[in-house]
Amino acid sequence: MAVMTYREALNQALREEMRRDPRVFVIGEEVGLYDGAYKVTQGLLKEFGAKRVVDTPICESGFTGVGIGAAMLGLRPVVEMMTFNFSLMAMDQIVNTAAKLHYMSGGQFSVPLVIRGPGGPAAQLAAQHSQSMETYYYHVPGLKVVRPTTPMDAKGLLKSAIRDDNPVIFIESETLYHLKGEVPDDPDFLIPLGQAIVRREGTDVTVVAYMGMMYRALEAAEELAKEGISVELVDPRTLRPMDTETIIGSVRKTHRVVVVEAGAGFAGMGSEIAAFITEQAFDDLDAPVERVTGANAPMPYARNLEKLKTPTTEKILAAVRRVCNANGS
Amino acid sequence: MPRTVLEPRFQVEYLSILDSEGHLDAALEPKLSPDELRALYRAMILGRRLDERMVRLQRQGRLGTFAPIKGQEASQLGSVSTLRPTDWMVPSFRETAAMVWRGWPIEKLLLFFAGYVEGGQPGEGQRDLPIAVPVATQLPHAVGLAYAAQYRGEDAVVMAYFGDGATSEGDCHEALNFAGVWHVPVVFVCQNNQWAISVPLKKQTHSKTIAQKALAYGMPGIQVDGNDVLAVYAAAREAVDRARAGEGPTLIECVTYRLGVHTTADDPTKYRAEEEVKMWEQKDPLTRFTAYMRQKSLLEDGLEQQVDEEIALAVERFEATPPPDPLTMFDHLYAELPPHLVAQREELARRLREGGAPEPDAPAPTPRATPMRGQRLTRR
Ligand SMILES: Cc1ncc(C[n+]2csc(CCOP(=O)(O)OP(=O)(O)O)c2C)c(N)n1
Ligand SMILES: [Mg+2]
Repeated sequence: MAVMTYREALNQALREEMRRDPRVFVIGEEVGLYDGAYKVTQGLLKEFGAKRVVDTPICESGFTGVGIGAAMLGLRPVVEMMTFNFSLMAMDQIVNTAAKLHYMSGGQFSVPLVIRGPGGPAAQLAAQHSQSMETYYYHVPGLKVVRPTTPMDAKGLLKSAIRDDNPVIFIESETLYHLKGEVPDDPDFLIPLGQAIVRREGTDVTVVAYMGMMYRALEAAEELAKEGISVELVDPRTLRPMDTETIIGSVRKTHRVVVVEAGAGFAGMGSEIAAFITEQAFDDLDAPVERVTGANAPMPYARNLEKLKTPTTEKILAAVRRVCNANGS
Repeated sequence: MPRTVLEPRFQVEYLSILDSEGHLDAALEPKLSPDELRALYRAMILGRRLDERMVRLQRQGRLGTFAPIKGQEASQLGSVSTLRPTDWMVPSFRETAAMVWRGWPIEKLLLFFAGYVEGGQPGEGQRDLPIAVPVATQLPHAVGLAYAAQYRGEDAVVMAYFGDGATSEGDCHEALNFAGVWHVPVVFVCQNNQWAISVPLKKQTHSKTIAQKALAYGMPGIQVDGNDVLAVYAAAREAVDRARAGEGPTLIECVTYRLGVHTTADDPTKYRAEEEVKMWEQKDPLTRFTAYMRQKSLLEDGLEQQVDEEIALAVERFEATPPPDPLTMFDHLYAELPPHLVAQREELARRLREGGAPEPDAPAPTPRATPMRGQRLTRR
């Protein structure tokens, strides 16, 4: 195990996969000479050359389409979105081609494509640059959607995504790039897509959260432990396909659930998780499932408003106390 | 300081070899052998007869909606016939004649337009992409294929088709720009058939030609008489050879006309004048090519009957195909079936076992009674 940042873990994953498989190449804006807008592709141009680390004109739809074409001819492109907000320019290529080609060609053409880059709330990036874009993609049959919370997950999941034969939407986070953690050196270390992880065991209430929200939930869990509430924290890691089994298993143990998501709430990840828990484990619930979500509004630019828009640790604390009937304790 | 004119000054050529009156510019006539000419002519006749048959099948309810090609046979066949089987063909949704040339069995195309997934699958090793319905989205794929071919050290050329309307889409611009910057072996074939559904060319672009757009991307562009199969062939031959020699992409604008409906769900009398159609019928690509073939004594007796029989047999095979198995609904959505789809597939299988899927217009079944909180089967 080495200790490294989330950013370094992603870089290592790319480097190892590019060394392992000559079909893997990186394509996007500023990925080469500039080492990536967030330096995730640092040093790759130097090691692998311009054929495999490809700077493109500014055209998200175009380079996503180029990636799809190259994938159809047997390459394994990793497309970088400077931020996932810009992936909206490529929505048709992602939804109508990447996600559907394998299906519509009866399995004849596969699109082993990874589209990766940062997404979600960051620091004062405002309405057009702070969106939780996973919401737009996990609705689409044919896509896999990954949101890695820790450096170890970032590496293990990105390597699995590159080896996966399906198109994978892999959304990182600006606010986590500098985060440090232990990461295995083994070049064959993989975390399978579609496996949730219990980050903290507990008995009284299940909290489901990922990315930045997981860290706020952890804070809340420590605080609640002092009050005698034992929180079990589940991180889905892959949103599609979702490991419902691990989540349901935890609910059957704790009988109470709070789902936390950074996004705008309505028809968000929290709604989906609440729905399948209700369908599959209604009789195990001792309280209605609670969601803690961002306000259903664009991300404000002003710092004080921004803080109020995303779920805070206090909001998570309050929700957990409510489902545990521990108000006022 | 006076204003100056920048060098190089650009120009756009127009190419016509066999005009609608049957006049031939012998100096430009491409060197095609009698066999090659006969194959091309046969494909043009087949393209036309198949198109007419497909419209009738659709009108009889035996085929779904599709985009007929009548009038565009020369644009498609003149260009596609310059490709090798190892090259790639990237169609839009109106390339039936080109697809047949590339080896798509007729019944497969019929199956496609009747909703069968196998209809959209190129044959084993066939280097064609499936039909692309979202306008212009196939063009970046063509650039990606060309990049991948170079990456793998293959000398394949990619030929991509699109319409005049498609030139307004961002993906068209992005693909042409990419191809120019990367200098990849793509031949962009725009079939300017004057209409994008009900929108005429002059409302699509203020450019005098589509070919001139190539200049902005740093690649050659040429406008050809798209109803002159010899001119289309000559322009495409040049572009394909150049692409294979590493000299980059080309944009070819084929000036042609959609003689029929946009799709079988369209009625063009609502938006265009009968005289315009009549005028273009005078320029029919088949008429002049037939005259050319007659002049060369290359016309074969009974060709049309032969072609009709081939089509009839394909229609028979198409109609003998059993309906698709409902359980294939979830196949190939992912490389492997994820748990939630296994569950949905089992649910569908159960419904089918228990007396078939409900009719689409049957009333919704009454929902199952939901246990209320008080009636829970709970532990407490
Ligand atoms: C992205 C997208 N927008 C709109 C449509 C609907 N549509 C289908 S064909 C068509 C016109 C295309 O015109 P053109 O490119 O000239 O091709 P043609 O139909 O003439 O062959 C339109 C608007 C579509 N399929 N995809
Ligand atoms: Mg058109």
